[in-house]
Amino acid sequence: MSLFAVLIDGTIYASWLFLVAAGLTVIYGVMRILNMAHGSFYAIGAYTAASLVGWYFNNGIGPVWAGYLLMLGCALVAGLIVGLIIERGLLKFMYGRDEVLMVIITYALLLVLEDTMKMIWGVNPYFAYQPYAEMGRSALAGLKVSNYDLMLVGVSLVLGLGLYLWLERTNQGKVLRAVIHDREVAMAMGVNVKRMFTLVFVLGTMLGTLAGALTAPAISVAPGIGVEIIVLAFAVVVIGGMGSIEGAAVGALLVGLSRAAAVHYAPEFELFVIYGVMALVLAVRPQGLFGRVLARKI
Amino acid sequence: MRMDKTELILLAVAALLAAGGWIGPQWLVFLLTMALAKAMVVQGVVMQMRAGLVTFGQGLFFCVGGYAVGMSGHFLNITDLAVLLVIGVGVAVLLAMILGLLMTRYREIFFAMLSLAFSMILYGVLVKSSALGSTDGFNVKAWTLFGWSPAAGQGPLVLFMIIVASSTVLAVLLHRYGHSNAGMMCEAIRENEVRVEYLGQSPRWVLYMNYVAAAAVSALGGGFMALSAGHIDPEMAYWITSGEFVFIALLGGTAHVAAPFIAAIVFAVVRTYAIELVPHSWQMILGFTLLAIIVFLPKGLWSLFTGNARRAKA
Repeated sequence: MSLFAVLIDGTIYASWLFLVAAGLTVIYGVMRILNMAHGSFYAIGAYTAASLVGWYFNNGIGPVWAGYLLMLGCALVAGLIVGLIIERGLLKFMYGRDEVLMVIITYALLLVLEDTMKMIWGVNPYFAYQPYAEMGRSALAGLKVSNYDLMLVGVSLVLGLGLYLWLERTNQGKVLRAVIHDREVAMAMGVNVKRMFTLVFVLGTMLGTLAGALTAPAISVAPGIGVEIIVLAFAVVVIGGMGSIEGAAVGALLVGLSRAAAVHYAPEFELFVIYGVMALVLAVRPQGLFGRVLARKI
Repeated sequence: MRMDKTELILLAVAALLAAGGWIGPQWLVFLLTMALAKAMVVQGVVMQMRAGLVTFGQGLFFCVGGYAVGMSGHFLNITDLAVLLVIGVGVAVLLAMILGLLMTRYREIFFAMLSLAFSMILYGVLVKSSALGSTDGFNVKAWTLFGWSPAAGQGPLVLFMIIVASSTVLAVLLHRYGHSNAGMMCEAIRENEVRVEYLGQSPRWVLYMNYVAAAAVSALGGGFMALSAGHIDPEMAYWITSGEFVFIALLGGTAHVAAPFIAAIVFAVVRTYAIELVPHSWQMILGFTLLAIIVFLPKGLWSLFTGNARRAKA
């Protein structure tokens, strides 16, 4: 019974983790930027959705289903705008710098975005519980599970599959994989790498804001939510191998299930388990479970 | 012991700083004590930066130093300042000797991530340990020194004098280390590790010693922080704290042993006023400053001085 609960909890948590980490791993894979500001994108999505959706439902503007569309739509638009501003306005000038320096640059970006959000939305929490409550609960073999959480699992599966097919089956995906493998050779073959970078960064940002919007109904949206999840997303991405979609999925499952197990059997080890798994994987396979081994350059 | 020019200047500045604390107001003494304690942790970050490694988890040793001091007071009833600091550094060195075996196998982004993971593990454990106050942490017992306990109101100033003296000794030692074979080797490893290997040296061994030494220095800062603030909490190991250390390290640059101290003091002063004046845009100021440094002063604030000197000579 309790094992079943662990599996359900773990799967739900894993699908949430995958949503949060997908954008991070896509951006790293193509651009080699470990984006510390990804948590802020998540927070921007959560704030946009919480404020708009809360306003929509509290004033009874329209039907319920349109509320869901509004939630997803506004997050995607916010991601598009923020991603474009940051890529065109800042990152464009930083390409070609050291990977570790890019971490520090995006860390600076995180600091700026955190306060920008405080300026726009203030420091009081926002609530938009309606999409969560409207869906109700269903019983799974005696366990009461929120339908919204089950929907998250579905969304995450669709998104993961979509990303995978896009990368593996479409022409654009093939070009992108060429850039991942060797940026310079791809450039020499006539790939417009700069345009690919813009595309991928905006896509990654939109994945981040989307994850935030999908999470917003289940939490109280307050300052600091982005800072909390970014290291968690790092753990997932590092475990799977930075830049790999299937790696992020496996990493999310590993972290999700081990956290759920810890919560059920040994709650005091909840956080320890997540970073413990990360350290363990790094110690045994530093490139992550699905990462490629790079030859040493002299 | 022969001292070169840098060391004499360091001594003079330390004397000035001590005199300033003597006549200055109490809040200034407190601010400078905190800044110097943090600067020690930053020294640990800078030592590794010189070897080309960026750590996003130096908060680990900061926290270990602080908690070792706090817990020794609480559970072992040790109140002597010198003994407490030795314990703090000792525990950190032991931990670093174990972790170092693993850490020295990693470079670049993997090093950053693994150091982050270890400090977050400690954070996760501390947050859930109710015996240590969970997220609230606990208060550190008042310290004594060789059987003497400071009278009311005296403590902060005495502690300030001690930390100024320790920082000076530390600065001189680090200055010598930086110019020693091992210290120079760190810079060579940053430039090209494989060549260092071809020259018959072991980069791993150099980095290992450097890692352990950096941990010791950072733990000393953590110990001082616990004693001066009188309180410790798991935030010390949180990644935001480690990020702040990286920030201060970049602010100062790695060119001179005094740079982290100056950067930490500048940081503390600016932060005090910024939080007062613009409480909700303080981080934004930090962020833009960091970007400006990366773009315009990649070698840190210190390059302002050296740049001028070189231009004057030419």
